[in-house]
Amino acid sequence: MKILVCISHVPDTTSKINFTDENTVFDSQGVQYVINPNDEFGLTRAMWFKEKQSAIIEVINVGGVSTEPTLRKALAIGADKAIRIDSEPIDGLFVAKEIAEHIKSNNYDLIIAGRESIDYNGGMVPGLIAGLLQINFITNCTKLDIENNTATIEREIDGGKEILSCSLPLIIGGQKGLVEESDLRIPNMRGIMQARQKPLEVIPPSNSNSKTKSIKFYKPEPRKEVKLISSDNLDQLIDLLHNEAKVL
Amino acid sequence: MSVLAYIESSKGKVKKNAFEIVSYSSELAKKLDTDLVALVLNCNDISELSKYGASKILKVTSSELENFNAKSYANIIAQAAKISNSNHIVLSSSLDTKYLAPLLSIELDAGYLSNVVELPSSLSPFTVKRTSFTNKAFSDSTIDSEFKIIGLSSNAFGLLENNVESSVEDFNPSLIEEKITIKSTEKISGKISIADADIVVSAGRGLKGPENWNIIEELAETLGAATACSKPVSDMGWRPHSEHVGQTGKPVATNLYIAIGISGAIQHLAGINSSKIKVVINNDPEAPFFKAADYGVVGDAFDVVPRLTEKLKAFKA
Repeated sequence: MKILVCISHVPDTTSKINFTDENTVFDSQGVQYVINPNDEFGLTRAMWFKEKQSAIIEVINVGGVSTEPTLRKALAIGADKAIRIDSEPIDGLFVAKEIAEHIKSNNYDLIIAGRESIDYNGGMVPGLIAGLLQINFITNCTKLDIENNTATIEREIDGGKEILSCSLPLIIGGQKGLVEESDLRIPNMRGIMQARQKPLEVIPPSNSNSKTKSIKFYKPEPRKEVKLISSDNLDQLIDLLHNEAKVL
Repeated sequence: MSVLAYIESSKGKVKKNAFEIVSYSSELAKKLDTDLVALVLNCNDISELSKYGASKILKVTSSELENFNAKSYANIIAQAAKISNSNHIVLSSSLDTKYLAPLLSIELDAGYLSNVVELPSSLSPFTVKRTSFTNKAFSDSTIDSEFKIIGLSSNAFGLLENNVESSVEDFNPSLIEEKITIKSTEKISGKISIADADIVVSAGRGLKGPENWNIIEELAETLGAATACSKPVSDMGWRPHSEHVGQTGKPVATNLYIAIGISGAIQHLAGINSSKIKVVINNDPEAPFFKAADYGVVGDAFDVVPRLTEKLKAFKA
């Protein structure tokens, strides 16, 4: 089984978000970048398929040279090969088209992406790839098993879950549950050394088009000071929620 | 040219988020100087849609569409957009609809923006405000294509009454072959899901153990609220992942969010930023959550929560 894991290079979850160039560009100064958490759950599940079912794992990212440390980390975790499509991403469609072009000329049985990236939160790349390639697609995946070319998947639905099955090839949008937080792997020294020898192929973009653009960013208005209510006066809290906030 | 609003339903009834979708779409149609068409699937009770401006309703009834299937549903919405000559399509932010949206965008060759929070600030170029960086920021984003899909963030626009006469037209789309089999569906019965809730009661490590969640559940039940939790609590297995709120969990955009024994890590606060009113109950006055909340009570959860529940019961009675 050949697996492709789509890796988004995103600011760490603890990052303070700022913008530059008159609020048109994300300010990466001092920001630590990581593998998008939803992608990392998928990569870790892919490692299970590698170890238990001899799968081969390739990882892919659309981005400039600055994203290579994130791909190297994926290699250090255990991916066999990395591919970087050498272009700054414009929107979700652009990224999906670039990755879909690569998939067309390489046969993958399973493509794993995150349900969304934690930076632009478009939540569309795996679905767009599925639409472009006309392959099966399931998102919000919290469990994934593959036997005899058939995938069995648990999907989170609003207020519950659903068990689905379909044949490969398949693309999923993964999230926590695929593996637990405690299953995530911190690359060890051996993995890091090995990662240096593994192939990281840089391929030129196929110049896909985009349809949307972020033209300006801004941060939420600063909040008003919290109103503190004495724990002996909970009636006041109910009164404020009812009469002032009007939410009760 | 029309605006098409896709209305979700469950067991023959429109979902609660439908009224916000219709309210938004109706205002969008006014801005574009065109009409609104609402598409409903397997839904009998559609009378309330006219209250929010759905002047034309396309009604699909098919036993083969009983279960949600992203590809089939996307295909039907695309057919509806074409027959109603709609090039603006408005969708909700439910998990099902976010699942089908990218498939629809490929079918229609449409630009798609999710997490939109306002009506367009400009029609040319078509510009809307959306959340990004998991609610830590907003962006003004444009859609350049002829077909446009707008995914509206839950509770971002609210309801706007606009009584109209609705005309209902039956619509029989062609159906595509489904390649994904649903083996089972499990809904937690008797509980309100976070997506449908107006109020969410959420708790963290301050509760000390899963056996103490009864006070949280009782408060939630009194308020008709959904329950949620912080990341450590879901990682430790005290509560299911589906309750985990935050950057890698669920976003919560509700009217009232009550956080009990949650310190307020930046990732958690990002996840709840779109909620309107936030209340924090925590015994540590230095907890970062107090900086993000509207109302705060410094106190021990085991003392404050049961008393608050009793007082709310009296208030509701």
